[in-house]
Amino acid sequence: MNVGIVSYGVYIPRYRIKVEEIAKVWGANANSIIDGLMVYEKSVPDMDEDTITIAVEAARNAINRAGINPEKIGAIYTGSESHPYAVKPSSTIVAEAVGATPDLTLADFEFACKAGTAAIQTCMGMVDSDMIELGMAIGSDVSQGAPGDALEYTAAAGGVAYILGKNNQVANIESTYSFTTDTPDFWRREGMPYPEHGGRFTGEPGYFKHVTSAAQGLMERMGTKPSDYDYAVFHQPNGKFPTRAAKMLGFTNEQIKPGLVVPRLGNTYSGSCMMGLAATLDIAKAEDRIFMTSFGSGAGSDAFSFVVTDKIEEIRNGAPSVEKYLENPIYINYATYARHKGKIKL
Amino acid sequence: MSVPRFWRRLKNLYNLIGTHCKKCGGFFYPPRNMCPKCRRNGVIVPFKFKGAGEVVTFTIVHSAAKDYAKLTPYILAIIKLDEGPRLTSQVICSHEDIHIGMKVKSAFRKLGEESDRGMIYYGTKFIPVES
Amino acid sequence: MRDVAIIGVGCTEFGELWDKSFRELFVEAGVSAIEDANVQGGKIDALYVGNMSGGRFIEQEHLGALIADYSGLASLHIPSTRVEAACASGGLALRQGIIAVASGYHDIVIAGGAEKMTDVGVETTTDALAAAADREWEGIMGATFPGLYAMIARLHMHKYGTTQEQLAAVAVKNHHNGTMNPKAQFQNEISVETVLNSVMVADPLRVFDCSPITDGASAVVLAPAEIAHKFTDTPIYVKASAQASGTISLHDRPDITTLDATVAAANWAYKMAKTTPKGIDFAEVHDCFTIAEICAIEDLGFVKKGEGGKATESGLTALGGKIPINPSGGLKACGHPVGATGVKQAVEITLQLRGEAGKRQIDGAEIGLTHNVGGSGGTAVVHIFGRDR
Repeated sequence: MNVGIVSYGVYIPRYRIKVEEIAKVWGANANSIIDGLMVYEKSVPDMDEDTITIAVEAARNAINRAGINPEKIGAIYTGSESHPYAVKPSSTIVAEAVGATPDLTLADFEFACKAGTAAIQTCMGMVDSDMIELGMAIGSDVSQGAPGDALEYTAAAGGVAYILGKNNQVANIESTYSFTTDTPDFWRREGMPYPEHGGRFTGEPGYFKHVTSAAQGLMERMGTKPSDYDYAVFHQPNGKFPTRAAKMLGFTNEQIKPGLVVPRLGNTYSGSCMMGLAATLDIAKAEDRIFMTSFGSGAGSDAFSFVVTDKIEEIRNGAPSVEKYLENPIYINYATYARHKGKIKL
Repeated sequence: MSVPRFWRRLKNLYNLIGTHCKKCGGFFYPPRNMCPKCRRNGVIVPFKFKGAGEVVTFTIVHSAAKDYAKLTPYILAIIKLDEGPRLTSQVICSHEDIHIGMKVKSAFRKLGEESDRGMIYYGTKFIPVES
Repeated sequence: MRDVAIIGVGCTEFGELWDKSFRELFVEAGVSAIEDANVQGGKIDALYVGNMSGGRFIEQEHLGALIADYSGLASLHIPSTRVEAACASGGLALRQGIIAVASGYHDIVIAGGAEKMTDVGVETTTDALAAAADREWEGIMGATFPGLYAMIARLHMHKYGTTQEQLAAVAVKNHHNGTMNPKAQFQNEISVETVLNSVMVADPLRVFDCSPITDGASAVVLAPAEIAHKFTDTPIYVKASAQASGTISLHDRPDITTLDATVAAANWAYKMAKTTPKGIDFAEVHDCFTIAEICAIEDLGFVKKGEGGKATESGLTALGGKIPINPSGGLKACGHPVGATGVKQAVEITLQLRGEAGKRQIDGAEIGLTHNVGGSGGTAVVHIFGRDR
């Protein structure tokens, strides 16, 4: 396929809350949670940040990284499970804020944690068919976990934007394959503040079945095997799931290490594996081959195979890296976290 | 602020788009459509500001109007953009770090919202350059 | 142009007047001014009503007609006009009245001001007052009035070394003056510590650096100078009436610590009155915040720029000082019903020049000045009054 990543940008809010701080409030054992989830802390948005502001910052970083003319962007799709409006697109605000209006098409996507990779696939089709020159796919979330629920330890905030095109690719997309079924492992009903989930049902029939099926499906189609790849990234609801999925598929810990951002970040939902890919691109060299598989509850997985080009060096320092955003966090207590997340009703 | 009133200013607020007088070289943010120097002889065109500037003066607001009460205490500041004009905005940083002369850059943030049902206003605030 | 004199003054008590409505307040002030002037209602040619935000505070516009009606003047069809310039509404109403008499268009004119601020909650009041700033470029960013003046204070402290104690000295002095004013909202002494230990509103301004939310009304009766003696033995003459505009937004002002509209209005007024700052015996200035009084005495030329804090701390502006400022207690202690303030200042000057100011009387006062500001300095009104024509 002659479509690839032309640029990318990320954004992570400054604030973090440690697992210990949340566990303390609910009388839970922090060490067993950290061991079980392999997550130490998670990002928290500021009081005036939401999915849209995060998406805009990530999109601006993507545009600035490669000096893209925003008027050449023909499509913007923002994937999120926490769009601030139930009706009214986040993407119109993003498009206006990056100067891409009015000659473009856009829409908001929702598919739990994989809406962002679905946006990548949509842009791929549009670029490949010459409907547009450049497309922007965004995954951004200020994800919600109910107070005291297991998700509260991981539901984080962050966003990632990829600009896809034919020319000046920094990573070519060799192929993509998706695996989708109707599996109700996690949902949020209209008007409800927090999602519900199926507990352990989210594991085998949800995450592992879809991730491994999509990954194996893509490798079968391409005739590749795990050892053909330098790096691999899997959706990261916690540290344990992607590590186990990698092992089941035959990938090593070294291959997934650069992209495993969840222990210090938490689960950024629609931004999750896209953030892992960005962290991997931050350190990748020309000719490196990267494997990525997302997962969205409901349920489905999108698998991708990338080959990095020598153009990566030209744009590497054009915008902050994932590591840069993970440095110097501001730690907050549960009360401040509750205020930031609007858990205190005023 | 009503929806049409915000919408009319949205490009200015999102992207720091002000105006420039081609006759006298003046830069205006907030935008002016009458040059205060050349008045009717001025030639006013849109101008996008880079978003870099410095803090001229500031306060920490502890008591705010209704729509902003949930943000208190917040830093309100007058910022001088590198191109010249000054504007009023918020600076997002620790209350220990804020100072006159601090170098800042623009950031995209929520300005406020009209209750849980109303529309959300987005626009430009500022963060320290070093962050 | 004719010379103009104040022949009567009236003022309600200032404070949280729960049992009095807007119209009752204005009528009370108007009636006492008319009685003081010893004129019949039927002789009144026109009414000017200063009011900032009836629409927000009492959801009532068309205040000119309302006041004419409830003053019993509707059947006489006397023209009545509401005048608005935020917190300078009162000063502007007075100026409109003076212009009307000076031009010969009217003879006997009532210029008054009133504000009823306690019928709504404090958040609504804060928001209504914020409408005196630029809603689209200051208000939407979370600017409040204390916030704007706090930014002036911060820069004044940075540039001139003004201290929080010097800011507090303004409030301490004005509270002291207020103890001698039976109409004042606050008639209690405070100390510098009271101010410095009070709740922060907008750093560095604390609650005691801010004027309060107040209900109240005040009015004066104006007449041509040549017939003033028919009504009173002690007419007070208008020596100058000046008004100047500045930028609506604080950020656009050339020097944030100088209210250039005050400087312009003062210069015009001094020229009109053929005097200088040295010729002024005392003044009522717009101390909506403590920093505002410091800027005012600098911008009016009583002290050099940057020395307002030190001058206040040294007692220069105290009742017995070289240039007493705000003998009434000012906006800080007497209270600040925004539309009434500019007129109340003229009432105080009149009482002082007549020698009727009681315990707070300034000995031998002959020339007094009023200074009324709208917003963060978008409007400034300066009047100079004298005992002699």
